Amino acid sequence: MRPRLILAVFLGLLLIAPLVASEFHVTLLNYIGLYAIVALGLVLLTGVGGLTSFGQAAFVGLGAYTTAYLSATENLPGWAASLGGSPWVGLLAGLLVTAVVAFVLGFLTLRLSGHYLPLGTIAWGISLYFLFGNLEFLGGHTGMSGIPALSVFGVELRESRKFYYVIWAVVLGAVWLTQNLLDSREGRAIRALKGGVIMAEAMGVDTARSKVVIFLVAALFACVSGWLYAHLQRFVNPTPFGLHIGIEYLFMAVVGGSAHVWGALVGAGVITVLKQWLQDWLPRLLGASGNFEMIVFGLMMIVVLQRARDGLWPILARLVPQREVRRDVPQGEVLPRKPVPESGLVLLEARNVVKQFGGLVANNNMSLTVKAGEVMALIGPNGAGKSTMFNCISGVNPPTKGEVRFRGEVVTNLNSRQIAKLGMSRTFQHVRLLPTMSVLENVAIGGHLRGSKGVLPAMLHLEREEEQRLLAEAARQVERVGLKDSMFELAGSLALGQQRTLEIARALCADPCLLLLDEPAAGLRYLEKQSLAELLRKLRGEGMGILLVEHDMDFVMGLADRVVVMEFGEKIAEGLPDEVQRDPAVLEAYLGGVD
Amino acid sequence: MDLQIALLLSQDGITNGAIYALLSLALVLVFAVTRVIFIPQGEFVAFGALTLASFQAGKTPGTLWLLVGAGVVVALLDITMALRSGASRRIPRIVGWNLVYPAAAAAVVFLLKPSEFPLLAQIVLALALVVPLGPMMYRLAYQPLAEASVLVLLIVSVAVHLALVGLGLLFFGAEGSRTPSFSDASFDLGLVTVNGQTLWVVGASLLLIVVLALFFERTIYGKALRATAMNRTGARLMGISTVMAGKLSFLLAALIGAFSGILIAPITTIYYDTGFLIGLKGFVGAIVGGLASYPIAAAGAILVGLLEAFSSFWASAFKEVIVFTLIIPVLVWRSLTTRHVEEDE
Repeated sequence: MRPRLILAVFLGLLLIAPLVASEFHVTLLNYIGLYAIVALGLVLLTGVGGLTSFGQAAFVGLGAYTTAYLSATENLPGWAASLGGSPWVGLLAGLLVTAVVAFVLGFLTLRLSGHYLPLGTIAWGISLYFLFGNLEFLGGHTGMSGIPALSVFGVELRESRKFYYVIWAVVLGAVWLTQNLLDSREGRAIRALKGGVIMAEAMGVDTARSKVVIFLVAALFACVSGWLYAHLQRFVNPTPFGLHIGIEYLFMAVVGGSAHVWGALVGAGVITVLKQWLQDWLPRLLGASGNFEMIVFGLMMIVVLQRARDGLWPILARLVPQREVRRDVPQGEVLPRKPVPESGLVLLEARNVVKQFGGLVANNNMSLTVKAGEVMALIGPNGAGKSTMFNCISGVNPPTKGEVRFRGEVVTNLNSRQIAKLGMSRTFQHVRLLPTMSVLENVAIGGHLRGSKGVLPAMLHLEREEEQRLLAEAARQVERVGLKDSMFELAGSLALGQQRTLEIARALCADPCLLLLDEPAAGLRYLEKQSLAELLRKLRGEGMGILLVEHDMDFVMGLADRVVVMEFGEKIAEGLPDEVQRDPAVLEAYLGGVD
Repeated sequence: MDLQIALLLSQDGITNGAIYALLSLALVLVFAVTRVIFIPQGEFVAFGALTLASFQAGKTPGTLWLLVGAGVVVALLDITMALRSGASRRIPRIVGWNLVYPAAAAAVVFLLKPSEFPLLAQIVLALALVVPLGPMMYRLAYQPLAEASVLVLLIVSVAVHLALVGLGLLFFGAEGSRTPSFSDASFDLGLVTVNGQTLWVVGASLLLIVVLALFFERTIYGKALRATAMNRTGARLMGISTVMAGKLSFLLAALIGAFSGILIAPITTIYYDTGFLIGLKGFVGAIVGGLASYPIAAAGAILVGLLEAFSSFWASAFKEVIVFTLIIPVLVWRSLTTRHVEEDE
């Protein structure tokens, strides 16, 4: 069966389910839908973005309590009564409250390293739970009742069979929005968060912003689920918004397959059905009442993480033949290019750059310049400090002392994202690419700054024209470096030399006027080196400045216009390739002294 | 509020704070050595206290069955691994620790009558049942994932916590227990009466901290743990087994947790799920210390105890809200003072 057919069957079953299923099963499906919406947010946050939250239940609670408070008018003080009454007001207010709370919490915790965020979410998960239970106007631990039913197009949805359609429309809508988001310029930035932050920043991606974005989206999904829950149950109390439920949501995402949109649905389904079943059987089996399903869930999680860390979805997906990879090369109008600086103009000027790591001086008083339309090579034995110098120049790891000017501007204290914006682009000595994304998508990250459409247009797929142009540009760069045949393969499946070439395409996709290449020829075969040299000559001819670190002397000497030689963090020679090759200091550095 | 109430609250706060401090030390230790954020710490608190309470009530604690069961599973796994790698000389040791030891513990519980033991012997027996669960837990849940990211380890921790809370409910039921005080003495210091249990808690905590400090400074195993905490690969190259370091740190954490539970049980009623909140308060302390500094973590934990005591006086319903919201300014302060360089995992 083709994936499309399976999807159609699934949708068909969803459509007729409430007509044939029993009341009990419809209720179960309703809950699966509600949980899937939350789990979907966690897929985006955890599986894709590499951030984790145990506190999503609290956001569900914010959505539920806001609408409960506003729509059950008897709760409201007299002056505000006229504002409330409608579930839709409750929805808007809930989204607003959740967005504000999530933004503040995210702003405070997302800047910290990995584990502080989940710990923070545990803390505020508990905090908000106790707050719901102890605030007089929210009904305390007994909760609030009298929440009106939802009306859609004048139909009042009092029965769970009717409500079912609203819930599943929202689920599918959320799936659509999430998939759209992931398949966009913003989505590539989000997918780079897991393991590619340094690279993404060097390509101009504001990773802090991307983190806040997915945190907000996940929180808002949870809020919508809570809003639906409140109008389905028409009663809220703090219990379903506690930390343990928050943990369950995360389990759903992980068990289902946290890196896959459909994994959220699988996980929500499996956990909900299993919970129902275990809650029936375990107390009978153990002869005591209590939430013993926790034991099973806990053990199951440990086994899943040890044995199948990617969850159930990839295992299910393997049963179905792989979808055909799209083979058409994207076509689109050429993106506007920045004006090319006049050949011979000084692009980069590093003056007396010092970089210290504790007591170790990695770069000492390094100075160099790169002009437009020239290839400048930076060479030296291993450990001479060449890559450190690259990091100083490109803002990945700013210098301790000294000054770096790029196109006349002082960039010493700018971060790599700001420097990328000015037209500098780079590759890394240890390749930094996203192995599970295609070659084309990896290259398209380089074009991040050449697009401008944000998250909302991406979720609604209103940015298709720009996206098409970006992909077309990426495809042109892939072709240009000679990787056309592997355009749709996973970047991780390429040989190391090709991965380096991919990095060059990615850097070129940013339309730079200065290109920093860290050992681009390492791992390439002779003919590949020839064509790389050809490409670099052509780029030089177009007026691009190129700063090159390389060990292959034939490659460097045949290509470079000028050479700077480093040893032990200092410059020992500078000049034309021929001069440098005859320089006694250089010979000693490379070949050892002759006594 | 007058001075007397303030002193009374401070006494409460310091007592609880001492317990949180102990827990925060264990959390820092486990994180530093294994990168595991040890959420199940609280369950050791509950298990320690409730096992002791079971002895006193003349019941067989369920933790005994957990020890026996976990021992069997560990033995099966380790023996299979030993046979596969042709290291059959390891088997007697595996059998000894995982099968014979739990069986001996069961024999003591069934053949002798722990309910008639003196308090000290009951405490030792409770610790003997609960503490070995630490290394066994490391073996079963964490060791196969030792190279995983902090995030995966954290999710495992939460899963272990959940399973143990469920088991706690199964073993000890939903009712809480309190154990008798170690001492009924009280000392009248004019404005305020200091009771004996408070002195016990603070004294025992201080003693344990000193012993731990000596362990880390003076013994070869303590140094091995410190080395592993500083540089895992380097320590391994020097012949320190990371598995050993992991098990040892879990053993210490389990000891500290169970002992804290036994200390606090005469003051607070302990339910099967009480440990979690107690452990998390230790966490707030540990986070104050950035999960790295022992003294700052301990100070942070005392602060949490005091804050909790005073907020239970002013706004008792919001006690937990206040304590757990404290973490937010702490995190802000952490984010302003640490310059975090993003590492790719």
